[in-house]
Amino acid sequence: MIFYAYSILLLPLIAFIVQMFYGKKLPRNGDFISVGAVVLTFAMAVALLGMILVLSDPEFHIRSTFTWIQVGDFTVTMGIYLDNVTVITLLVVSLVSSLVHIYSIGYMEGDPGYARYFGFLSLFTFAMNGIVLSAGFFSLFIFWELVGLSSYLLIGFWYHKDSASNAGKKAFIVNRIGDVAMLIGIMLVWSVVKSFDFREIFAAVGAGAISQPMLTTAGILIFGGAIGKSAQFPLHVWLPDAMEGPTPVSAWNHAATMVAAGVYMTVRIFPLLTAGAQIVIAYIGGFTALFAATIAVTQNDIKRVLAYSTISQLGYMVMALGVGHYMAGFFHLVTHAAFKALLFLGAGSVIHAMHLGLEAAGDHDTDPQDMRNMGGLRLKMPVTYTTFVIAALAISGIPFTSGFLSKDAILSGSLAFALAHPHHFLLPVFGFGAAILTAFYMFRQIFMTFHGKPANKTVFNHLQESPQVMIVPMGILASLSLFIFYVFPSFNPFTAHGWFESLVHKPPTVAGKTAADLAVYVEGFLEQAHLPTMILSISVASLGILLAYLFYQRHRLNPDTWAEKLGPLYRLSYHKYYIDELYQRGIVSPFLFVCEQCAIFDMEKYDKIVIDGFAVVTRALSRFSRWIDDVIVDEFLVNGVGKLILWAGSAARLIQTGRLQNYLLLMICGLILIFAFVVF
Amino acid sequence: MNHLTVYLVLSAILFSLGIFAVISRRNAIAVLMGIELILNAANINFVAFSRFGTTNLDGQIFAIFVIIMAAAEAAVALAIVLNLYHNLKTVNVDDASTLRG
Amino acid sequence: MNVVGEIIFWIFVAVTVGSAGVVVFSRKLIYAVFALLFTFFGIAGLYVFLQADFLAAVQLVIYVGGVLVLMLFGVMLTNRIADIRISHSTRNLLVGGGATLLLFVILVVTVLNEHWSPLNMPFQGNTVNEIGQLLMGKWLLPFEVASMLLLAALVGAAMLARRSDQSGDDA
Repeated sequence: MIFYAYSILLLPLIAFIVQMFYGKKLPRNGDFISVGAVVLTFAMAVALLGMILVLSDPEFHIRSTFTWIQVGDFTVTMGIYLDNVTVITLLVVSLVSSLVHIYSIGYMEGDPGYARYFGFLSLFTFAMNGIVLSAGFFSLFIFWELVGLSSYLLIGFWYHKDSASNAGKKAFIVNRIGDVAMLIGIMLVWSVVKSFDFREIFAAVGAGAISQPMLTTAGILIFGGAIGKSAQFPLHVWLPDAMEGPTPVSAWNHAATMVAAGVYMTVRIFPLLTAGAQIVIAYIGGFTALFAATIAVTQNDIKRVLAYSTISQLGYMVMALGVGHYMAGFFHLVTHAAFKALLFLGAGSVIHAMHLGLEAAGDHDTDPQDMRNMGGLRLKMPVTYTTFVIAALAISGIPFTSGFLSKDAILSGSLAFALAHPHHFLLPVFGFGAAILTAFYMFRQIFMTFHGKPANKTVFNHLQESPQVMIVPMGILASLSLFIFYVFPSFNPFTAHGWFESLVHKPPTVAGKTAADLAVYVEGFLEQAHLPTMILSISVASLGILLAYLFYQRHRLNPDTWAEKLGPLYRLSYHKYYIDELYQRGIVSPFLFVCEQCAIFDMEKYDKIVIDGFAVVTRALSRFSRWIDDVIVDEFLVNGVGKLILWAGSAARLIQTGRLQNYLLLMICGLILIFAFVVF
Repeated sequence: MNHLTVYLVLSAILFSLGIFAVISRRNAIAVLMGIELILNAANINFVAFSRFGTTNLDGQIFAIFVIIMAAAEAAVALAIVLNLYHNLKTVNVDDASTLRG
Repeated sequence: MNVVGEIIFWIFVAVTVGSAGVVVFSRKLIYAVFALLFTFFGIAGLYVFLQADFLAAVQLVIYVGGVLVLMLFGVMLTNRIADIRISHSTRNLLVGGGATLLLFVILVVTVLNEHWSPLNMPFQGNTVNEIGQLLMGKWLLPFEVASMLLLAALVGAAMLARRSDQSGDDA
């Protein structure tokens, strides 16, 4: 099993390296390398799934670690940790990855960066697998950053477009903010436990190594990384802009995988969360769910709607984890991966067709992504339409879909929590409010895009269904959005009992008695909350669909007049509550101003004064040194020595008179001296 | 008796006079005469010590040798002086300064 | 020593010293040469007083008869009628005189300060005989060397004294 795990991890890396260095030279630009690697990965994940199904042990886990750094007292171990959750996540990741790879063969055909694209896709897969398989915070963080990097590379794939490269930068920077919080949280934990490994940390925390306040703080900080990656409020601003990337990337990245990384990480550290941390997480999740849904209602770009929908659904998952319904959050992660990817791929199919149609009609001005330019597409693209509708039903929580099961679980969890703690009534309000809005905007999208009269007849005539490579993955995902696969061997569409539920059990919390008590208490109310939730969620979803129908299909209610009546609200929603502008004015601009001041200071003051000053001083010193050399050394010493010797010579020469008698005189004098010494 | 001291002082006088002649006389022949004086002063010393210091005649033998030496030296020296005279047309030692540095 | 002997002794000393002074200080060269003669005579007499009779004879023969004659020849040969006066350079006089005086003082002080304890035992016997025996016995080697020296001096002087305008190698 460990072999499979390591292969799953390393195959995409090998594909990435090969693709980046040799991609362009291979036939077909080397796409088969990446696709092959990822499909192989998927096969191995399926094998692993089979193994755990056979084992059927909810407590199953395998750990394989090795020491990576050892310097004195400081050791870092890295390795792989496999349990049921890991295997399921790996399966989801590799499945969606394979489908996106295959879909991209069609979508990216003819793009000049084809080889580079597949290399980046492989890198992304490698990083995501790394996060899933990590056994400790150290390797988790490494792969976390790597995921952020590959996301940046893919969002800004068409880098010559300013908006794309800016979006990539925005994604990376906003993620980074979350990562800083996460790093601080990790360091807090490490400072007490002195280890990065999950099992060791859980053991130490269970033994009471970290105090409750510190643990709460650390838990919230580490969750901060998830806020960044999973686009929760207030770090959600990057995700809508990230739609600048190719649509398969959006499907992959922001529907199924990267954003799910945040949720996955929260699932991993679940035992560490104290009651206080859980409450915070729940509120952030719930608020985000409602908040993003209100924005999605007014957007006109087909991908933007889906982007805000993703943010909203992630809020659901986070809220579920916050109220302690571990299985529900994870379940929604899995189902959401399928139907959100499907929605994005469907949108991509629509855009692709619109693009081709606009080109054929010679129109280069109309935005192929604006829903107001579409209409009546179900006649031209039936398969896309059908799969899209299935996914929309799933996300709205209509029975017989997988989405119904997972969403229902989350909503009942929040209701149970509110029943247990009546002062937290807002949580179910958030949940159900978002549910009605979700149904509304999804079907608004369907009616605007696929129903009604086409906006432009000439373009409409050129539209056609997308090629097989794009259709087939969509079909596969659509079938996965039905309830069947998840409740095997039970066939009841209304409850979530089945292999999934039996394999995924909430791990025991080590974060103190309060959290444990909280969980136990809430679980008591789950059964009680189940039926009311089901009824309420179905009615809420139906109401949403009905409203959408009335507004956009039957045109009984005019959306524009309602928009005027709700004027300010409409504007707030349409402009995304001006949060981007707020950030720009409040944070980005002052920061850039400071940077500019620093740059000015550096260039004007520092460069001119210090650096040039150095030059001036050095020149002066060198002139002085030259003077010393010329005057003192040359004149004084060198010439002086010469002159001294000449003078000494001419002085000594005086003794050489050439006269014998003088010599004799000197001899006598010397003799006298000797005598004097000897005698006296 | 104090005759030894007398002889020694006498020899000292002659020696000093000889030195003075050598270093201060301009004529080459005069310089040679000074040298003879020096040699004779040394001879007196030898013989005096032979008489008053030993019972043998070693001092006298030495004096004989000195005389022999002086003679040979005088001959050669004069030959040189004559050569000098032929070359420089003068016997003034101050003029023989071609080795001047 | 009896009184007469003393007086004669002191006469000899005076002659010697006086002549030496003339040799050194005389302006005319010819006077200096003849004063040297008297000096030699005085020294010979002092030799006699020192029981060195043979030596006195040798002194007279060689010095007076040989060296002095040689010097006279030299004087005659190098004398110019219209000759510049021999003048002493003042510098040499002062410094030289000073040095010489100093030397003299040192010598005398040394001599006088020393306790000589002279043996007053004159050699008995014939000095000629003894000198002959010593020359042929104890001092044979120096004797032979001295003869070599004389030979060399002879040849050298002969060669040197030739007139230079006589070109020729061996005479």
